[in-house]
Amino acid sequence: MDFDLTEEQSMVQKMVRDFAQKEIVPTIKEQDRKQEMAPFVIPRMGELGILGACIPVRYGGQGMDYISLGLACEELEAVDTSLRVVLSVHTGLCALTLLQWGTEDQKQKYLNPLAKGELVGCGAFSEPGAGSDFANIVGSAKRDGDVYVLNGEKMWISLANVADIAVVTMRTNPHAEKLSRGLTTFLVDLHSPGVTRDDIHGKLGVRAGSTGWISFQDVRVPVENRIGEEGEGFKVTMSSFDNGRYTVAAGATGLIRASLEASVAYAKERKTFGKPISNHQMIQAKIARMSRDYEASRLLYLRAGTLKNQGIRNTRETSLAKWVATEASFNAASEAVQIHGGYGFSDEYNVERYLRNAKGAMIYEGSNEIQQLIQASYALGYRKDKPLRRELPAFDEEYWQEENL
Amino acid sequence: MNIVVCVKQVPDSAAKVVVEEGHITWGDAPLVINPWDEYAVEAALQKAKEHGGKVTALGLGKEEETEALKHALAMGCNEAIMISDPALVRIDNLAAAKAIAAAIRKMDEVDLVVFGKQAIDSDTGMMAAQVARLLGLPALTLVSAIPALDPDSKTIRVVRSIEEGKQVVEGKLPAVISVGKDYGEPRYPSFMGIRKAARATIPVWGLEDLGIEAPSPVVLWSEVMNPPVRDVTTEIIEGETPKEIAEKLADKIMAEKVI
Ligand SMILES: Cc1cc2nc3c(=O)[nH]c(=O)nc-3n(C[C@H](O)[C@H](O)[C@H](O)COP(=O)(O)OP(=O)(O)OC[C@H]3O[C@@H](n4cnc5c(N)ncnc54)[C@H](O)[C@@H]3O)c2cc1C
Ligand SMILES: Cc1cc2nc3c(=O)[nH]c(=O)nc-3n(C[C@H](O)[C@H](O)[C@H](O)COP(=O)(O)OP(=O)(O)OC[C@H]3O[C@@H](n4cnc5c(N)ncnc54)[C@H](O)[C@@H]3O)c2cc1C
Repeated sequence: MDFDLTEEQSMVQKMVRDFAQKEIVPTIKEQDRKQEMAPFVIPRMGELGILGACIPVRYGGQGMDYISLGLACEELEAVDTSLRVVLSVHTGLCALTLLQWGTEDQKQKYLNPLAKGELVGCGAFSEPGAGSDFANIVGSAKRDGDVYVLNGEKMWISLANVADIAVVTMRTNPHAEKLSRGLTTFLVDLHSPGVTRDDIHGKLGVRAGSTGWISFQDVRVPVENRIGEEGEGFKVTMSSFDNGRYTVAAGATGLIRASLEASVAYAKERKTFGKPISNHQMIQAKIARMSRDYEASRLLYLRAGTLKNQGIRNTRETSLAKWVATEASFNAASEAVQIHGGYGFSDEYNVERYLRNAKGAMIYEGSNEIQQLIQASYALGYRKDKPLRRELPAFDEEYWQEENL
Repeated sequence: MNIVVCVKQVPDSAAKVVVEEGHITWGDAPLVINPWDEYAVEAALQKAKEHGGKVTALGLGKEEETEALKHALAMGCNEAIMISDPALVRIDNLAAAKAIAAAIRKMDEVDLVVFGKQAIDSDTGMMAAQVARLLGLPALTLVSAIPALDPDSKTIRVVRSIEEGKQVVEGKLPAVISVGKDYGEPRYPSFMGIRKAARATIPVWGLEDLGIEAPSPVVLWSEVMNPPVRDVTTEIIEGETPKEIAEKLADKIMAEKVI
């Protein structure tokens, strides 16, 4: 595998970095304190094309590859996790699910405006009573002629209060032999009658982002908005996670980098016992570990991205990248706070925010315990990936970038 | 309008530039477009959009060091040209100006040549004036706005940001201008621009193409060295009231014989 970035990828990386540094850094601390996302952030990301970076031009996107998506996530989370979360759910859980499973009509109608940022998307799977044990969700969808009627509540949904549409998985068959076979996924217009939603406040991290609940009461969803077949919802949802997790892995890698850079700068400046603390071996050990974890996490997500580009199933590799990077990012942020001593404990520096933000990624998109179960089951031979009816399409530069169709 | 914007490739502003064994090095820090030149590209693109026409980015350097030109293309420039020749390695400012002027002469009917106000590596800020002089064109430097430009009557009016304040000057086209930060934030490269730039092959013009002899430098770098390390200590002066702090500070300044 060739992990050198192409010229195109390097330029994407620099562009997203410049955007995040110039436009987000100046106000992020204030937004985090206010527990609000700055209103300009998502429209601006749409205008710059970041929201549709890896979507084919024919569907309104920018025609870049999946590695570019990862690089964008790394750059965004190096500034703040809330920015990367936007790509995780809008692009990862919503747009890419449509790219993989959607019909041509669904892609024209929804993927196009999503890629352009005219619509904001999210993925609503978890419920108050079921997160890790996703097959146990109770939210229901009942067919009534040309529509499905949705009832239930989704919990901990990123961009709940901001999104226009959501990929939602509900139970359509309570009597299915296996719980997971009774689920179906839909694309739901969140402005429909019967949808109520709000943000959750008092979160530990991702405070400059929206996380909330969405309640569905007799929400009528047209049959043509079903994604995949009836009963295919578990598979559709799991493939959404293959994409969402990838963005989380890449983002966490950015958080490690940010912790490392802050630690290096501070350690060279701060003196104890007559020398910069960077000269103390115990501080060096922390820095060494952060560098190691940054490089390893970066290679793992680049590998997952390369597999995606090649159209090869990557559930195992993506899960590993997510587990390694998010655990390491929590560690890196914690050590960054430690290196900053008393100052690290205050929001005068960024590192305490990194630490609070890093924790969430160990929980969402499959908790790290779930990632370990996945890794173990592959290693033990308990799990083998079967081909899906619709795979995430391999990146084909010509097809992706063809214009004026 | 035919606009040429000159862009230079420099070490990233975060790079640590040091002298090692008599040579300047910035380690493995990436090369980027000179930040001032981004403002120049922005100005050029805006004017081309307003009045129609094309923008050509012009660079000088090693053949493979195309990052700055590609960045300019990704921002929206129509074409890019690289001046490169073994005889142009390690030349001084004036020699570089001669090569750039020759390249501009080679293009047809240039209306406006745009530079960034200075380069963050050599920081001389002389290039626009030198190239203007060599081409016999008016030099309007340190431009912060271009309130009027008329390609038909061939006139341009600019606002210059100078130490004393703002100055409005008018000139005839073709003209050479240099642009500063007040001009307004440069755009980011667009994804479409990035795709185009990544695929672009940039023509290289050597001395033979330019039809000039190797310019001989008048300035030689006989020796370069690191600045002496300064040991800086910081002392925070505390006190109950601003007055008390100020008094303590004044005493300190006197005691240290700063004034
Ligand atoms: C900031 C944030 C954003 C989120 N965004 C979204 C979103 O956009 N869309 C969405 O659908 N959901 C989202 N979630 C929800 C998230 O996916 C769930 O919180 C997560 O899946 C865990 O589910 P749970 O909270 O129900 O915890 P539980 O499933 O109840 O788990 C509790 C604990 O038990 C552990 N555990 C569970 N089962 C096992 C087992 N078999 N073996 C060992 N340990 C186990 C878990 O790892 C966890 O530590 C978000 C959550 C957060 C915090
Ligand atoms: C919530 C809170 C409450 C506090 N309350 C009090 C209080 O009531 N009274 C009081 O006097 N102080 C208090 N402090 C201050 C606290 O004791 C200091 O923050 C602590 O001693 C660390 O000092 P520092 O912040 O200057 O970090 P530094 O001393 O600058 O240390 C920075 C980092 O370098 C490490 N380090 C330093 N020297 C070495 C070495 N030789 N080898 C390896 N690593 C080294 C440190 O462990 C730390 O990780 C409080 C701090 C906090 C955060």
